[in-house]
Amino acid sequence: MSRIILPLIGLALLAIVPLIVTDYGLGLLIGAATYVTLASAWALFSGQTHYISLATVAFYGTGAYTVAVLNETLGYGAVLLCAALIGGTIALVVGLATLRLRGVYFVIFSFGLAELVRQLITWYEVNVTGTLGRYIFLDITTRQIYWQMLGLAAITIALTAWIHRSRLGMALRVIGDDETVAAHSGINLARVKLLAFVLSAVILTLAGAITSPRYVYVEPSIVFNPTISFLTVIMALLGGANRLWGPTLGAVPLFLIFEWLSSNFPDSYPILLGLLFIGVVFLVPNGLIASTERLLGKAKGARG
Amino acid sequence: MTRISRRAALRALSICMTSTLAFGAGSALAQDGPVKIGYAVARTGPNATGAGITTIPNYELWVDTVNKAGGLTMPDGSQRMIEVVEYDNRSANEDLVRSIERLATQDKVDLILPPWGTGGNLAIAPLMARFGYPQLAVTAVTDKAPDFAARWDRSFWMLGGGHDYAGGLVDVLTKARDAGTINNKVAVVSVADGFGIDLITGARPAFAEAGFELVYDKTYPLGTSDFAAIMSEAQGSGADSFVAFSYPPGSFGMTKTAQSMNYNPAVFYISVGGAFPIYPGVADGKAEGVMAIGGVDAESPAIQEYFTRHTAFVGSPPDSWASAITYASLEMLAQAIERVGLDHAALAEELSGGTFETVVGEVKLEDNQLRDLWWIGQWQGDAFRAIGPADKTGAATPIIPKPEW
Repeated sequence: MSRIILPLIGLALLAIVPLIVTDYGLGLLIGAATYVTLASAWALFSGQTHYISLATVAFYGTGAYTVAVLNETLGYGAVLLCAALIGGTIALVVGLATLRLRGVYFVIFSFGLAELVRQLITWYEVNVTGTLGRYIFLDITTRQIYWQMLGLAAITIALTAWIHRSRLGMALRVIGDDETVAAHSGINLARVKLLAFVLSAVILTLAGAITSPRYVYVEPSIVFNPTISFLTVIMALLGGANRLWGPTLGAVPLFLIFEWLSSNFPDSYPILLGLLFIGVVFLVPNGLIASTERLLGKAKGARG
Repeated sequence: MTRISRRAALRALSICMTSTLAFGAGSALAQDGPVKIGYAVARTGPNATGAGITTIPNYELWVDTVNKAGGLTMPDGSQRMIEVVEYDNRSANEDLVRSIERLATQDKVDLILPPWGTGGNLAIAPLMARFGYPQLAVTAVTDKAPDFAARWDRSFWMLGGGHDYAGGLVDVLTKARDAGTINNKVAVVSVADGFGIDLITGARPAFAEAGFELVYDKTYPLGTSDFAAIMSEAQGSGADSFVAFSYPPGSFGMTKTAQSMNYNPAVFYISVGGAFPIYPGVADGKAEGVMAIGGVDAESPAIQEYFTRHTAFVGSPPDSWASAITYASLEMLAQAIERVGLDHAALAEELSGGTFETVVGEVKLEDNQLRDLWWIGQWQGDAFRAIGPADKTGAATPIIPKPEW
């Protein structure tokens, strides 16, 4: 029971925090909630299947761009719905064509996808509409953005928890362990992978759509920033991508560290960032949760 | 044998601490405390080049100049030093927006200076308006400046829009064609980003209206590094004028390509980067006659003095387009503070309605925009001189055709 009640209490507390913090505090909360959502949504597909995707920003940017294009013609709810549909459709088409790729080929492909989407949008805007920069003027307050993002983060984590217990989660884990075995056990590889990929993509797209009113001005080179993809991966890996709370535990501290580094060491920030990445990969390859459990297990073993 | 005991060391330390505190308190009493000015600029990422050439050096030069003179003068004649709070926005709007929130609500700075670039200035505009800070948006080229000035009444847009620059270029070419120096064919290439597209959409109708024929009109992706194909197509198009709405390093790449293939159009125009102090070096010392966006009145003593001061402080001369305007915007700010103090509403009103003496001459904004600008310049001798609008005082006469490379 406490597995459900504790997170709900936490969620309720987080929902009332904006009433007491400063605007900067709220900005930090939005940033943290965004990365928790991104890392969790990424882990929803990649954590179980071990398909490392660098396409996060392809969907995140698509979401932001959808809002930029439609915010003057449709209501906000309809815009979000469109963003989700577009993100899902892209994931479906792309997934059908490419989820057969394995290992490093998939990594490279997913990185290329972000660039492809960005160039396609640029080409369309240049040759068809003739305006590249677009404006988002929506009457959405920072608090509302935070609440939406918090809600999306909660939904993502709840969805992940549900999937972990379902047949789908089981199938994804088997695929992650050995695809050949999975196929022989009667798992429909294409359908299972596609389903997880599309779910993850829809959430990533919505995250981009929800934050976009904060930027007012949108341009492909601004919203398709590959750093977002890398940060998402490293955050999920730090916490542990195959655990329910892993991405959250990775995203929050890393986000705060980045913020602290960039304000205190603006000149050496990129170097420290690189060192941090290497440190994560070498020191906690299985994620903080797994490492902590191993340490605790050792301590127990020593006592017993 | 004497040894410093732990107790003695502690005592020494405490005396030292107390005296520092006392000294600190004393100096705080002597003055009104510094004026805190914050900015979040791109130290890293894709915007770092632009910010590093146009924005950051001018902010630092201005703060240094003001503080060496004893600080900002207040309306009562007293002076207060400037204390800077700086963050890296990592060229990401997400970080930029958060930094502005931090400056306004955490550091509670007195004034906020804008970041480099159109996107950044638009991203912070709603926040600046909400917190009430005046925003001197210099490095934002946008045709929507009138709308923005109306939407956020404490925002000031000081670098014009794409249509202005395209129009300035067409004016220069029209005069040359009417004088018979060039034909009415133009080859134009543009970079596929917000700036390049703004300029080309402004230029197409302007060229058509002036009776020019765009015999070559291509857009290339941001990040292109090989220009041999488009340059040779432009060369073969029969146009006397080559126009590139480009960004560095593309502007530099095109210059080098044109030189290596011995492409000598009568008019060679590039956009951002052409007015950079490094351009003559890039062009291998053969920049003479190259036209580009921007320009300064190189004969004006105020500009010459600013160039000398900038060179002494930064180590290189400023660029001849947005740098001087950036510095002028800061001079406006200082003069407005001297007249009305630090109250944001009064400051915005003074910036909007007042007249200011700056390095670019006397400045008075029209509807919160600086409209008295140079649209096009040309390398002549060792300086990048403004040539258009031709009727503005200080305009040099264009050299057409450009001497061969």
